[in-house]
Amino acid sequence: LTLDLTREDRNMLEGGYDPGVAMAMSIITRMAEVSGAACLIDISAAHIDSALFMGDATLEFAERLVELGAKVRVPTSLNVSGLDEAGWREWPVPEAYAEKALRQMAAYQRMGCTPTWTCAPYQTEFRPQFGQQIAWGESNAIAFVNSVVGARTERYPDLLDICAAITGRVPAIGLHLLENRRGQILLRLEHVPRSMQDSSIFYPVLGTIMGRAAGERVPVVDGLDITPNEDQLKALGAAAASAGGVALYHLVGLTPEAPSLQAVFQGLLPEEEVKINEDLLVTTYRGLSSASGNRLDMVAVGCPHFSLAEFQQLVSIIKGKRRHPDVQFLVTTNRFMVGKAWEAGYLDALHEFGARVSLDACILTSPMLPPEIQVILTNSGKYTYYTPGLLNRQVFLGSLEECVDSAVEGRLVREDSVWNR
Amino acid sequence: MEPMMVGRVVVAGEVRGHVLVSLEPISFWGGYDQATGEIIDRRHPLTGQMAAGKILAIPYTRGSSTTTAVLLESVKEGKSPAAILTSGVDRFLALASIVADEMYARPIPILALEPGDFLKLHSGQVLRITLDGRIFFVDADDHLKD
Repeated sequence: LTLDLTREDRNMLEGGYDPGVAMAMSIITRMAEVSGAACLIDISAAHIDSALFMGDATLEFAERLVELGAKVRVPTSLNVSGLDEAGWREWPVPEAYAEKALRQMAAYQRMGCTPTWTCAPYQTEFRPQFGQQIAWGESNAIAFVNSVVGARTERYPDLLDICAAITGRVPAIGLHLLENRRGQILLRLEHVPRSMQDSSIFYPVLGTIMGRAAGERVPVVDGLDITPNEDQLKALGAAAASAGGVALYHLVGLTPEAPSLQAVFQGLLPEEEVKINEDLLVTTYRGLSSASGNRLDMVAVGCPHFSLAEFQQLVSIIKGKRRHPDVQFLVTTNRFMVGKAWEAGYLDALHEFGARVSLDACILTSPMLPPEIQVILTNSGKYTYYTPGLLNRQVFLGSLEECVDSAVEGRLVREDSVWNR
Repeated sequence: MEPMMVGRVVVAGEVRGHVLVSLEPISFWGGYDQATGEIIDRRHPLTGQMAAGKILAIPYTRGSSTTTAVLLESVKEGKSPAAILTSGVDRFLALASIVADEMYARPIPILALEPGDFLKLHSGQVLRITLDGRIFFVDADDHLKD
């Protein structure tokens, strides 16, 4: 198989620009060969996960690109940072880590990336248009932008995302191509009560089922009776991308590339059909909590980063309440969204409730949790999936209402709902 | 000697070592300790096993796009698997190996196997992998002589 390069591609590869461009292009073309791509295509935007400090090698990679004169060619947003630049000293973040995390953050800004520092860039001005070819990193962002926006990105891993932004070129493979965006596996909701579909916990649970059933395939969900809001779709995709390798999903009649079952399968039959009923949903939900008993040390919401609508929803639930002194309440979001929340007057209510807001970072990726925090309650399927292995802490999955009630009571409190009976 | 199987070369390399195999995909981010090479995903069947220096055989990686960075760090730390076998080309792993080559001239050999061949592997077997993708079964005594 041969990769067809344009004259400009070869120019980048063979030293017509700074050596950083040649290094990025070498990685892009080697990956194109590994992937069996026939050619490269243009992208018009990128979202970079690589600015998160993971260790000395990723820092060395970034600083080498800067040293070699690399600059991004397309508008480029940045995913969560290694730490909350303004507030990290309020958490037990080690100094040695902070020094390197800040260097890595600076390197990506020196290459011309915009410091958006969010895992939910689709809720900022960097949200692309339907059909736009882009190169995005961060699994939840990839799932959202492909599925809900209808822009086209493959799953860009760390390090390749910045090479795509520097060259503006990517291998023509996978979800960049229309034929690979068809549905592959059909998930049918059967007699799932509307009250269940209305509850916010439905989305991380359904996402987990989608991820487990689909693996890396494209799942199609048929039979939703309601129109989920964007934050529910965000929770759905984040869970599906964690529990499986889902980078694109379709909801028949709801998402932009799924006007009908026939259209979404592009005239082919589903490879597999899975029925989803109330039992499967409840069993899946119960299996997601790794903690037991009712001890609780912290509530964490904002995975992916909290949106303005989620701030509004939280503020309406916490009005007049105060958290128990033994349970911390953490909201993770970014500098852009907290500015919006401040303008809307939401931050005072959070302060009165006793919530802390951490900016730009993530508890999964910044070493910020004190050791006494051992049991965490969250409304996020993604946190639920990663916390036991990554942070060695135990988790409960619960609704936003349960998160608030539990924080007030100082222990896990379950609602009387179909999920807990 | 006839090779036990032949894989598609994703990143070429010559290596021999014990194989650690699972049919369960893994996310390196949250699943692989880059400083020690231990599999740390508590839900994964290989949890608690050391993959550093071994030939890791997994069908594909899943979850976050941070898998590549974790694998690259493990190369720098000297705690990466000696080689990786997958069922089909896994781009997340290939990238880590290509960047390890660009930066340190230390690529991790990666082969993509036919699904049927993947099922012939058992943890603890000693394998030898050649530059052109042939995989030989080596008995343990022979291995010790090197």
